[in-house]
Amino acid sequence: MSFDGIPVYKEKTYKKSGELSGAVAKKHDFIVVGSGPIGLAAALAMARKGHEVIIVTAFDFVPAGSKGICYSKEALDIFDQLGVGERIVDKGVIWNVGKVFWGESTDPVYQFDMLPVKDQKNPGFVNIQQYYVEDYLVDALEQMDNVDIRWGHKVSGIDARDDGATLTITTRDGDYLLETDYVIACDGSKSTVRDLMGLDFEGRIFEDSFLIADVMFKQNRPSERWFWFDPPFNKGRTALLHKQPDDIWRLDFQLGWEVDREQAIKPENVAPFIKGLLGADIEYEEDWMSIYTFQCRRMAKFVHGRVIFAGDAAHQVSPFGARGANSGLPDIQNLAWKLDMILRGQAPQSLLESYNQERTQGADENILNSTRSTDFITPKSEVSTVFRDAVLELAGEHDFARPLVNSGRLSAPTPYHVSALSTADEDEFTQGPKPGHVCVDAPIVLDGKDTWLLDSLGDGFTVLHFGDYPPQPNIKTLILPAKGLASERYGAGTSYLVRPDKIVAARWTEAKPRDIENAYMRAIGKQELTS
Amino acid sequence: MTTQQTLITSPNLPHHDDVYEVLINAHAGLSDQQSSQLNAKLILVLANHIGCKDILSEAIALAAAKA
Repeated sequence: MSFDGIPVYKEKTYKKSGELSGAVAKKHDFIVVGSGPIGLAAALAMARKGHEVIIVTAFDFVPAGSKGICYSKEALDIFDQLGVGERIVDKGVIWNVGKVFWGESTDPVYQFDMLPVKDQKNPGFVNIQQYYVEDYLVDALEQMDNVDIRWGHKVSGIDARDDGATLTITTRDGDYLLETDYVIACDGSKSTVRDLMGLDFEGRIFEDSFLIADVMFKQNRPSERWFWFDPPFNKGRTALLHKQPDDIWRLDFQLGWEVDREQAIKPENVAPFIKGLLGADIEYEEDWMSIYTFQCRRMAKFVHGRVIFAGDAAHQVSPFGARGANSGLPDIQNLAWKLDMILRGQAPQSLLESYNQERTQGADENILNSTRSTDFITPKSEVSTVFRDAVLELAGEHDFARPLVNSGRLSAPTPYHVSALSTADEDEFTQGPKPGHVCVDAPIVLDGKDTWLLDSLGDGFTVLHFGDYPPQPNIKTLILPAKGLASERYGAGTSYLVRPDKIVAARWTEAKPRDIENAYMRAIGKQELTS
Repeated sequence: MTTQQTLITSPNLPHHDDVYEVLINAHAGLSDQQSSQLNAKLILVLANHIGCKDILSEAIALAAAKA
């Protein structure tokens, strides 16, 4: 089944809106636009904080097609906070190891581990079809009575003002208006909201196309990411193999720029690639075929008055490195607590500017990494190819060349090197996450129970203290012993002020309550207390 | 320069992706001839910086070896 050429995973029910049946239109705090993983995560994050949530989406279904399949540890930590992480990990295929092959050789020239720091709750990566992720998020949302998912309600107009916005919504029963204080636009790379507002989206187009062949077959292969440069079955180009749940495998082949998309996707043209990679006698079923091209670009600003952009609507990367959804989810993690505090009157509206400051930095780092990977994978000049092949040849024999092999720098948390919310270190630290960095996980014992540090941080600001003499600020404090793995990772006797998105706002070796309270005021965008 | 008299073959280059990008960008728009010239000059500059015949001989042998 499909809708406008988009295959359907699960149908959803369109309902005529109350506004069209004569209900009195009221002004909403915010509207989420888009029902992809980022829009759904935004809705769930805000719903869990107790807000009334409306999602408008042009779709009246969860689309099929595996699409984004790799979810990073950071994304899984965020899903945990949204209450869907364990379901995703249980269904998904866990992997930590990536291998890179070159040419005919069946020995990898390079191999990497996505979880160098062990003893953390979540693995380096989980592969799972995007429709499962969306379905689980929808399930969680449907269980809440403060959530209204408006399937088949398409944004067709926006009047964005300094004090809010009016959205025109088009449905099969007619148009109606939604008045709102804020708009969270998560409507993807072709964002309607962005287009309607005439906003820029500048960046670099890469002249190459890739074939995704998701196929079902039964074969015992390790759960690892395998990447080929110049394999015999795709000479001069690249290929990628990834495992998904349900015996589905993601095969990805570089095709070059001049390609007839309709021809390239035909079973008889796809088969040689699949058999080349898996062996001539492989028996498989096609699951999902797609040709993609990509761009690396972002909006100059993610916040335009009361309209906030997140995910692909705000920034786009090449798929090498799995930095798409994995960078959209931290957008939401960053935004949700700020918008929550603003709506409750606990923080000034100007706090939103820090979302822009921090997440544009994240986007820049992701664009930089994915651009470099793309340039390594598909060299744009003869000399660039010569250097690339020199790296690959040396990497087979010599350790020093292996880190240079760039088959995708896989998504890792992007630190906020510059943030108006961070307080710079005054004390000397030899370990532990710096201000602007995400907290590292560790197994801990709390009230006699084994648990995880990240799971124990809660949804608000937390002071983390490792030792027997905690400072006593007016902020919830989690006290952990000065001995043990957690303390080794943060430093015995230290205190950290952790934001609701698990980013370190400030840290001290000998914290004074006053310093912590000042750092807290800065972290919520308020003036510091006068001394 | 360095007191070490043998070639380092373990990873020793922080920010390697930055360096690689600078290297590739330096060649942007050059002809093959110009690129070779750039590479030659770069090797000579680095050889001077390394300042040790033994290390350079080892490096040249490593680069010349057939895989």
